[in-house]
Amino acid sequence: MEMRSQLGRVRGLGSNKEGTHHFWVQRLSGIALVPLVLWFVISGVDMVGADLATFKAWVGTHYNPLLLILLILTMFHHAQLGLQVIIEDYIHGEAAKITSLILMKFAVVLIGGSAIFAVIRLTFGS
Amino acid sequence: MTAHNRPLSPHLQVYRPQITSILSITHRITGVVLCAGAFLLTYLLMAATYGPDSYATAQGILGSWFGRLVLFGVVFSLWFHLSNGIRHLAWDAGRGFELEHVRASGIAVVAVASVLTIATFIVAYAVGG
Repeated sequence: MEMRSQLGRVRGLGSNKEGTHHFWVQRLSGIALVPLVLWFVISGVDMVGADLATFKAWVGTHYNPLLLILLILTMFHHAQLGLQVIIEDYIHGEAAKITSLILMKFAVVLIGGSAIFAVIRLTFGS
Repeated sequence: MTAHNRPLSPHLQVYRPQITSILSITHRITGVVLCAGAFLLTYLLMAATYGPDSYATAQGILGSWFGRLVLFGVVFSLWFHLSNGIRHLAWDAGRGFELEHVRASGIAVVAVASVLTIATFIVAYAVGG
């Protein structure tokens, strides 16, 4: 017997009071990525074919580690928002969809965390 | 909920490809390519922390013909996704929805992305060979 009310069953399923959150954060991170990406390409193109000492010096110079970490955080957050929509659009089975979402989000945090960890290590040495 | 025998919209494949639909799916595809690009950046940073040998291996992979081909795709995806993202932001502000404007901004996005991709590779080859 179904004990839950119709209202109780739909609560939390739809755009319940946070319907625009995903949309808004996707735009916000997208706007933030414009200057970060422009900086990264203009500054980072010098690293094409660079040796390790030059690369380490570039990562650790001035505000580069800060900008790199901000870029990585914003980029991976933006990426998981986009990948989430793709999974929700194309994977139809509920179990497969939830499993894919969990694996994707864990992978993004693991890879993004590794990138930030690497920037910190390259900056402060080890 | 009885949802049987409802009319279905025509399947995607019966539509003639148009610049609007092609650029829409390209935005999504370039987004996925950029995820691979973010992974490559992470690999390069991680390899640098492991020392000269693994860093040289990473530079070797990225500098091979296949690596350059992948990077070309990543760089084009970057400039396309960035310019088309700005096009999306204009739409979010309620601007540029007339069909002629949508077509014109779409052509502009492809042109800007192509020019910036070629410019990036000219600089990259000048720097690294």
